[in-house]
Amino acid sequence: MTRIFIPNDSAALAVGAEAVARAVLLEAAQRSLVIDIVRTGSRGLHWLEPLIEVETPEGRVGYGPLVPGDIDATLLQGGAHAKCIGVVDDHPWLKRQTRVTFARCGIVDPLSLKDYGGMRGLSRARELGPAASIAAVTASGLRGRGGAGFPTGIKWKTAADASADRKYIVCNADEGDSGTFADRMIMEGDPFALIEGMAIAGFAVGARKGFVYSRSEYPHANVTFAKALSVARAAQLIDKDFDIELRIGAGAYVCGEETALLESLEGRRGQVRAKPPLPAHEGLFGKPTIINNVLSLATVPWILAHGAEAYAAIGFGKSRGTMPVQLAGNVKHAGLFEAPFGMTLGQLVDDIGGGTASGRPVRAVQCGGPLGAYFPRALFDTVYDYEAFAARDGLIGHGGIVVFDDTVDMAAQARFAMEFCAIESCGKCTPCRIGSTRGVEVIDRILKGEKREMNLALIEDLCRTLKLGSLCALGGFTPYPVMSALRHFPEDFAGRG
Amino acid sequence: MLAEIPNEKRVREIVAAHAHLEGPLLPILHALQAEYGFIPRDAIPIVAEALNLTRAEVYGVVSFYHDFRDKPAGRRVVKLCRAEACQAMGGAALAEAVLKHFGIAWKETSADGAVTIDPVYCLGFCSVAPAALVNGAPLGRLDAKRLIAAVEEGT
Repeated sequence: MTRIFIPNDSAALAVGAEAVARAVLLEAAQRSLVIDIVRTGSRGLHWLEPLIEVETPEGRVGYGPLVPGDIDATLLQGGAHAKCIGVVDDHPWLKRQTRVTFARCGIVDPLSLKDYGGMRGLSRARELGPAASIAAVTASGLRGRGGAGFPTGIKWKTAADASADRKYIVCNADEGDSGTFADRMIMEGDPFALIEGMAIAGFAVGARKGFVYSRSEYPHANVTFAKALSVARAAQLIDKDFDIELRIGAGAYVCGEETALLESLEGRRGQVRAKPPLPAHEGLFGKPTIINNVLSLATVPWILAHGAEAYAAIGFGKSRGTMPVQLAGNVKHAGLFEAPFGMTLGQLVDDIGGGTASGRPVRAVQCGGPLGAYFPRALFDTVYDYEAFAARDGLIGHGGIVVFDDTVDMAAQARFAMEFCAIESCGKCTPCRIGSTRGVEVIDRILKGEKREMNLALIEDLCRTLKLGSLCALGGFTPYPVMSALRHFPEDFAGRG
Repeated sequence: MLAEIPNEKRVREIVAAHAHLEGPLLPILHALQAEYGFIPRDAIPIVAEALNLTRAEVYGVVSFYHDFRDKPAGRRVVKLCRAEACQAMGGAALAEAVLKHFGIAWKETSADGAVTIDPVYCLGFCSVAPAALVNGAPLGRLDAKRLIAAVEEGT
């Protein structure tokens, strides 16, 4: 019997993985081949999706990007084919990666506990005890992968030290940044890593309840994750001592901000709370709460199982470990590339990404989602690291890199950033709620050539007000894309009459 | 098939089924929308009473979130991504062509009740942009022709 691995990841399904799976079944039936189809997550080589793998004595041989008509008997036996990419593990794009958080994604059946291989991190945490488990997370240097980069261990210690009758672990799976999909891939491809990470967090701080706050835009991930919770519950991996509930948002980007997320979980409008109090002191329902991103939590089991030193040994400067970089937009090799911090932006875009999908020159890349700065080629020597990006008025955020070719209109991108802020503002802070709409109008006036110098000064002043006068990153960071577009691409803001 | 007439008994059942949850309002609203296709105005006072909230508070939550509708959507709901990664792959032109084809604007339903097109900001398969969900099914590497065909397939 030949095992054939077909991704069940949203990106693969979006480009026809289901039709390919049906063709595989049909061809096998017609040729009387005995096969066993295993549905996996995605390896992250999305430009090759649908990418299927056939188990052979040499390893898992890959074929992609496939259409149903490509399926033949030779392919199903791991033989030669025009779309064969060889043994997938030997593919240079994977060989160059350091897979820590994504070690299993795309390889295993996401709902098989046998494939998952046991909760080694949780066992280790129980051996170490809560305080030493938190110390291990701190020593690993892991920083919040949602975007803020706050040291995870310090957050845990704060919540552990707070005394209360109840505490909560909240996983922020509201992955709203354009160009990011790593959280979704984990929920679809390796959900037990997240479940184990949350169980470790619960053990470490003394919480008995966890919530995963996901998005309505991720219907497929939510179905897979809910199934994984059922499997884990049936195996008593989560139980009355620590249970996890999946909650779904309702299309509000701002609920990815941690305090707005808490408001939403409590059943209110997703409006940002002022800090302090920190959620680690007074979070969900006023109780000490750890809020961590999917990637942060899914990395914790590896850290506990392999030791903090192993994780801290890789990385760059104060950015330890790996970052699952997500290459998206107009890029030839789009997908997920997990590597230690320290590569340059240029390496990631030109070398790993292979330039644009359109074949035209790369003109700009937006790093860190819709609130991240646009980088021109001149800044491609920036090292992929929290501090190096901050030093150039940018952010790595949740690890998304969106590539644009030379047809991009950077004034339109700056205008969109303001428009997006206006659409998604929770309304609490005046600079964000009203300033964003005024920002769209000012950019429109600049493009019409109306009082150009005055309006350029005005947009700069408005951005400063947004930055300093907003409680959260939505209003506070919208100036990044706007000002970076103005600074690096001023020619696009010339009046258009 | 979606239930057409909000009936008080059914609304109370839905509320009661979720009342044990911590912070039950969003799960209740999702369940109501799954049942009726939108949040019936008449359901709001019932929910408010059950959760000991004011009607204004419940309405405030309903109106805050983009997902909750105040009237039914078309038979096919397209969630078409407007965000940056899709823009980089011609998303704006795609949206313009598809909206024009169906003769509607964002968030509108075609006159025959067949299609609603909602803007969304990232569906998380930006690596195969431009992207959309059609009645929950993911579609990537779209052009206008493919998206229109996918929508019309089921109408």
